[in-house]
Amino acid sequence: MGGNSDMKLIDENGIRIDGRKVDELRPIKIEAGVLKSADGSAYVEIGKNKVLAAVYGPRECHPRHMQNPAKAIVQCKYNMISFSVSDRKRPGPDRRSVEISKLISEAMEYVVFTENYPRTSIDVYIEVLQANAGTRCAGLTAAAVALADAGIPMRDMVPAVAVGKVNDQVVLDLNKEEDNYGQADLPIAMIPRTGEILLMQMDGHLTQAEFDKGMEMGVKACMEIYELQKDALRRRYAIANAESDEESKDEPQQINEEA
Amino acid sequence: MARSIVSEIKRDHIHKLIADGHRVDGRAWDELRQIQIQTNVVETAEGSSRVKIGNTEVIVGVKMTVGEPFADTPDRGVLSTNAELIPMASPSFESGPPDENSIELARVVDRGIRESHMIDLEKLCIEPGKKVWINFVDIYVLDFDGNLFDACSLGAVAAIKSAIVPAKANGLGEDYPMPITCVPVSITAVQIENSILVDPSLDEEKVAAARLTVTTDNNGDLRAMQKGLSGALTLDQVRTMIETSRRLGAEVRKIIG
Repeated sequence: MGGNSDMKLIDENGIRIDGRKVDELRPIKIEAGVLKSADGSAYVEIGKNKVLAAVYGPRECHPRHMQNPAKAIVQCKYNMISFSVSDRKRPGPDRRSVEISKLISEAMEYVVFTENYPRTSIDVYIEVLQANAGTRCAGLTAAAVALADAGIPMRDMVPAVAVGKVNDQVVLDLNKEEDNYGQADLPIAMIPRTGEILLMQMDGHLTQAEFDKGMEMGVKACMEIYELQKDALRRRYAIANAESDEESKDEPQQINEEA
Repeated sequence: MARSIVSEIKRDHIHKLIADGHRVDGRAWDELRQIQIQTNVVETAEGSSRVKIGNTEVIVGVKMTVGEPFADTPDRGVLSTNAELIPMASPSFESGPPDENSIELARVVDRGIRESHMIDLEKLCIEPGKKVWINFVDIYVLDFDGNLFDACSLGAVAAIKSAIVPAKANGLGEDYPMPITCVPVSITAVQIENSILVDPSLDEEKVAAARLTVTTDNNGDLRAMQKGLSGALTLDQVRTMIETSRRLGAEVRKIIG
């Protein structure tokens, strides 16, 4: 957070530098089943963010000592590719991506019916191809779709979005400039059906009223993203079903969420 | 490249088809899979591409920074090529530092670009001995279905070709396109049961005895070669592979544009 900067990011009419209103999401595109080798995959664009997620598993858990005899473990790896940011990032994990990977793994472990697959590992790989603030939320949104695409039973989809504070106003879905020069950042992920929060982080400065307003905006936006996630899966399985009708070999897979 | 576990039934199937002059996916021995090239796919990179050969898919980005030249080439820009076999791409890829497979892959791609002088590195010198452009070509494999050498090489060439030198952001005048002298194309073939198959799929690669990658330039001259795997090739087979690489390379060069 750049703190209270002079940078003007919202004009007199409440319009942000990318033309959005304060409670407006960036354009979102979600596609399921984009990779062949993976058991499940998804591609998500949120504004200028481009994120791929792939799921492998449930499969044998390596290293062995990580195995849980009662349930599967969910291992998410969040990674930014070297040319996804303006200054080249050295390939490989850094402290930030290790933390984000841990949070996303924990969130996903809760929604997956891990007790169905003892001793196994469900591996989720998130690759940020192009970053423009909000990549952990985009990554989590993609990971949830990829898990469902892999046919893994889940309690629900998981949408995620960030809210923040810019020029003393609470705004939804920060872009890069707002993230750099804003006053607060609050990424959240939730289970739409129950309203439970699965991921929450915050940095910067928010009053209680601002927090409440931010959460209200965030929850509403999550419901919008939820619809887009479900739509992506419907489109994916509409195609899969049409193909299996033709060739009558692929079993139509169960979509593990409420239509 | 991957752990070579192939069921006997699949191995027999591939061998039987080859004996009858066929391939698993119905291609001719010298037929490439469908190639798709997209460029400028990542705005944060100076140049980028997303390339598919059949179901094999890679994304490549070029990042450029101003830095010091190597002492033995004080008047030339620097090229650094790196390949990441990320676990997203295949159940047999694991995370961690580059292993011997990704190092070989990156070095073969690098050699094709470097030896063909595709990038005019002399034009990327800003102040001899002090300041030159450093080019990082980073390759990420997204989906692995065989023949990474050609997919990565094609991706790297397409990304470099689309790159814009970020002079303005570095206070060095107006931006300009990457100085390019030619378009190297690599074509890989494998030998299975004494038959030659171009652009092997993953299953074919797994049962292959030997592999040869040949990189040619616009004149059809050889610029880089790499033999891989533990089998042997006859000189005739090598000649066939080179001739095929030259012929198919010219076709692929047209697709790159």
